[in-house]
Amino acid sequence: MNALLKDKNIVVMGVANNRSIAWGITKSLHDAGANLIFTYRQERSKQKLEKLLDKNQIDAKLVVACDVEDDDSIKQAFQEIGDDAGTIHGLVHSVAFANTDELKGDYADTSRDGYLLAQNISSYSLVAVTREARKYMSEGGGIVTQTYLGSERVVPNYNVMGVAKAALEASVRYLAEDVGKDGIRVNAVSAGPIRTLSAKGVSGFNEKMSVIEEKAPLRRQVDQDQVGDATLFLLSDLARGVTGEVLHVDSGFHIVAGS
Amino acid sequence: MADVFDKVKDIIVDKLEVEESQVKMEASFKDDLEADSLDVVELVMELEDEFDMEIADEEAEKINTVGDAVNYINSSQS
Repeated sequence: MNALLKDKNIVVMGVANNRSIAWGITKSLHDAGANLIFTYRQERSKQKLEKLLDKNQIDAKLVVACDVEDDDSIKQAFQEIGDDAGTIHGLVHSVAFANTDELKGDYADTSRDGYLLAQNISSYSLVAVTREARKYMSEGGGIVTQTYLGSERVVPNYNVMGVAKAALEASVRYLAEDVGKDGIRVNAVSAGPIRTLSAKGVSGFNEKMSVIEEKAPLRRQVDQDQVGDATLFLLSDLARGVTGEVLHVDSGFHIVAGS
Repeated sequence: MADVFDKVKDIIVDKLEVEESQVKMEASFKDDLEADSLDVVELVMELEDEFDMEIADEEAEKINTVGDAVNYINSSQS
C-alpha cells in the first residue's frame, strides 16, 4: 500500500479477465489509493470485471461502456466520466485487436481491412481517447498505453499488430507534444510477452515466452504485476519529468543482440 | 482418469458458470456449455496452468468437447 495516487481519478480501459495486463495495472493503482473508473466494450468483459472487482474487494468509482471504434461512444463515455468524477487525473489505455488469422504467416498477406482494423482499434483509439480525456484533465496528469517489441523489430507472427504498435508509439510522441502544454504526459510501457487472452491469439506464443527466461538479462518472465507497477510509476508524480517515452518492462530482453 | 475429469470439471464450472451436472464427457463447449471462442481460449489457458503443460495451437483447435480435453490431458501426461 502506498499513496502515490491517493484520491486521483484514473480511467482504466481494457480489462477482459484476470490475466489482462489492465487487471495487473488495476491492482497496482488500487494499492496506490486511486479511484478507479473502468470502461468495457463487451458485456462478457463487464461481467468478468465485476466479478474480479468483487472478489478482490475493489470498489469501482464508475463502470461505463465505451466502444473505441466509435467516436460518439468515446465522447459519451468520457462525458459520463467527467460528469461523475469532475476531474480525470490519469488514463490507462490497454486495448488492441487484430484478426487471429492475420497473426500468423506472412505479413505481406495482410488484408487491407485487417490492416485498418488493427490500426483503428489498437492505435487510433489512443488518439481518440486522449482527445476526449484531456477535456477533463484540467489538473494535468498521465496517459499510459501498452506496446510490445514487435513494433521495433520483426517478431514472427506478430505482423499487423507490430505495425499497429509502431503507429501507437509514434502517436505517443505526437500526443505528448500536443497535451504537454496542459501538463499532461503520454507514455507507453513495452512489456515482454505475458500470457493474456490477446497474446494467445498470436500464433506460437508459448515459444516467445520461453526465450525471455533463456536470453533476457534478468532470466525471468514478465508478469502483469511488473507492468502494473511501471504503469503506476508513469501515472504518478514520480514520473513528472517523463513524457513521450516507451519504457521497456521486459527483463531487459530488448537490449540483447540477436534477441 | 477420474481425477483429471474432476479437475477439468471444476475449471469448467468456475469459468463457464455452468452446473456440474452439465459437464459430461460428450458435452460440446460451444453447443452444450454455451462457450464462445474466447471462453475456449481462456479454458485452454486454465488447463495449461492446472496441468503444467502447453497445448499447441493446432491441438487446441481440435478440443471441442469436455472429453477431447480430458483425453488430450491424459495422453500428454502418460
